[in-house]
Amino acid sequence: MSYYLGVDIGSVSSNFVLVDEAANVVGKIYMRTEGNPVKAVKEGYKQVMEGIDDEQIIGVGTTGSGRHLADIILGADVVKNEITAHAVAASSFYPDVRTIIEIGGQDSKMIILQDAIVSDFAMNTVCAAGTGSFLDQQASRLNILIQDFGPTALKSKQAVRIAGRCGVFAESDMIHKQQMGYPIEDILMGLCEALVRNYLNNVGKGKKIETPVIFQGGVAANAGLKKAFEKILQMEIKVPPYYDVMGALGAAILAREYIEQYRRATVFKGDSFIIDGQFHSRSFECKGCPNMCEVVCIKRDQEVLAYWGDRCKTWETSIGHQEVI
Amino acid sequence: MKITFPHMGNAHIAIDAMLEKLKLEVIPPPPISKKTFELGVKYCPEFACMPLKINLGNFIEALEMGADTILMAGGWGPCRFGYYAQVERDILNDLGFEYKMIILEAPDSRVSELFNQLKALGENVSVWEAFKAVKYAWYKIKIVENLERRFAYIHPRAEDKNRAEDIYDKGLQEIQSADDKHEVERVGLKCLERLNKLALTGEEPLKIGLVGEIYTVLEPMANCSIARCLGRLNVEVDNSIYISDWLNDHLLGGLAKKSHRKNLVRCASPYLNYFVGGHGLETVGSTVDYARKKFDGVIQVGPLTCMPEIVAQSVLGMVSKEEGIPCMTLYFDEHAGTAGIQTRLEAFTDMLRRKKILTGFSC
Repeated sequence: MSYYLGVDIGSVSSNFVLVDEAANVVGKIYMRTEGNPVKAVKEGYKQVMEGIDDEQIIGVGTTGSGRHLADIILGADVVKNEITAHAVAASSFYPDVRTIIEIGGQDSKMIILQDAIVSDFAMNTVCAAGTGSFLDQQASRLNILIQDFGPTALKSKQAVRIAGRCGVFAESDMIHKQQMGYPIEDILMGLCEALVRNYLNNVGKGKKIETPVIFQGGVAANAGLKKAFEKILQMEIKVPPYYDVMGALGAAILAREYIEQYRRATVFKGDSFIIDGQFHSRSFECKGCPNMCEVVCIKRDQEVLAYWGDRCKTWETSIGHQEVI
Repeated sequence: MKITFPHMGNAHIAIDAMLEKLKLEVIPPPPISKKTFELGVKYCPEFACMPLKINLGNFIEALEMGADTILMAGGWGPCRFGYYAQVERDILNDLGFEYKMIILEAPDSRVSELFNQLKALGENVSVWEAFKAVKYAWYKIKIVENLERRFAYIHPRAEDKNRAEDIYDKGLQEIQSADDKHEVERVGLKCLERLNKLALTGEEPLKIGLVGEIYTVLEPMANCSIARCLGRLNVEVDNSIYISDWLNDHLLGGLAKKSHRKNLVRCASPYLNYFVGGHGLETVGSTVDYARKKFDGVIQVGPLTCMPEIVAQSVLGMVSKEEGIPCMTLYFDEHAGTAGIQTRLEAFTDMLRRKKILTGFSC
């Protein structure tokens, strides 16, 4: 059997998906990045590859904010942004999908599709109130495990109203309600509704939401949030089976498309490169100009694999560069 | 008198040239860097928009290098820019700098007012010499813009994008240090030739129009070098506004060249019929113009909290639907969220590319 590997390295979670040649999911790993994407790539790779030989991998796709880093370590055939990856994955399950609501750890997106093609999208910009990190924080403040958040919220009969304009306001409003003695399930449901309103105002910004609506990303595990979306939008919301690894799945599907279309051999680096090598990163301040860019250097043992972070790209392009005379 | 001025894209090449011809000693501020941002952010009101912060950073750096006179442009209308020279003067005074500030205002009726302003600025120069200084600066900026346009064409098509960038950067430097008209022409042509000799991929790139607030459109440090990022994604970027347009409309009373502002105002109707300050009206007009020229998409840029661009953004949704052109808006401030910008640009170009392939098949 041959497989395609899809990897999504996000700021909060790192996801790995293996699909076979017919794009069926045969393995998936969802883990926390814990601020160390290099380690997450190695660990996740080891876990997802258990029982599979590296020669069986015939294509690799990476996505997420750590996609370039994952590319350096794994050797990826396709390096894609999250929007495209999520859209591709969703439309593989629901070809007629019109709206994708994706809420992850640090960002949230809305993708509008027409005939399986992205026609508009938006990402949250300045405020993290509509994301998983915010829910995490508030759950721990209320001493609730994040896994219990959804089921507890569902018990609510009357959600409390919480101002959701901004994370800071929502938090102070929530503390106020808590001290007034409202039951915890009503507060949790209130938080869900506040988050949905915030999402629709700040990310949706008046975009026309049409059915079928798909809700994916790590936060889709929260049944309270799904219910809040259904209540406020007055629409049926579907959560796909692999909702938590859709980005990685999209990357795997894109890798498959690419390899099949161009009939290329993969540039995947294999076990010996990934597992045996010690990857480390180092950052330094470039003294080339007053901008003093902080350049990151990724090394495998002694060999420099990549530089990035410099504005003028002198470092980034220094591997194989020609001077203009 | 040691004179300095604020940066805006490649404008410094022309301003420098003009001031030198007015027989002044010029101390241009160092290129905008993180230090410039830091200074500006530290001393400006937090809610002011990014151009004010960068301007102020430029001035502080130049004053520290020994400049004693600042040349700044004035303005009018609802955009806050018209007030910035005054605010900057107050902040710099509070910081204890000693200097003179000269504010160039757009001439009300006759362009001769401008030459008189410049004559007063120069050291023992006649009105005729002031006129010649402007003409020389104008020539230089035209050569620079020719190069900018050629680069915007070649960069997305070139096989070796690094080399295209290097040639262009070097060309700009050479034009800047060239000190007479012939030399400017010679180095300009040399650079164009070099760009033209580059091997091209042969693929037709996407075409995106860049609209929005002028400072953010023109200054790469204020927009995370968006044009270059797009070029690297094989996208040809057309600027809706060039520095010569601004100088022409705002300082030269529209006499240096034919203004296409009227056309943009016409295009903006019926979506936006009023001057809303800054470049709000032009943003809407240019977007319609690009849609009719069959561009693949439009990206609107502006500094965060920019009122005219917020007005324009709220109109663009309707324009996008009616004229059938995808639009994306990006706001910038001192947070260098390069990764976020890159992701949005990639997603936007992916979207346009897939759309283009699909419509290509259907017709």
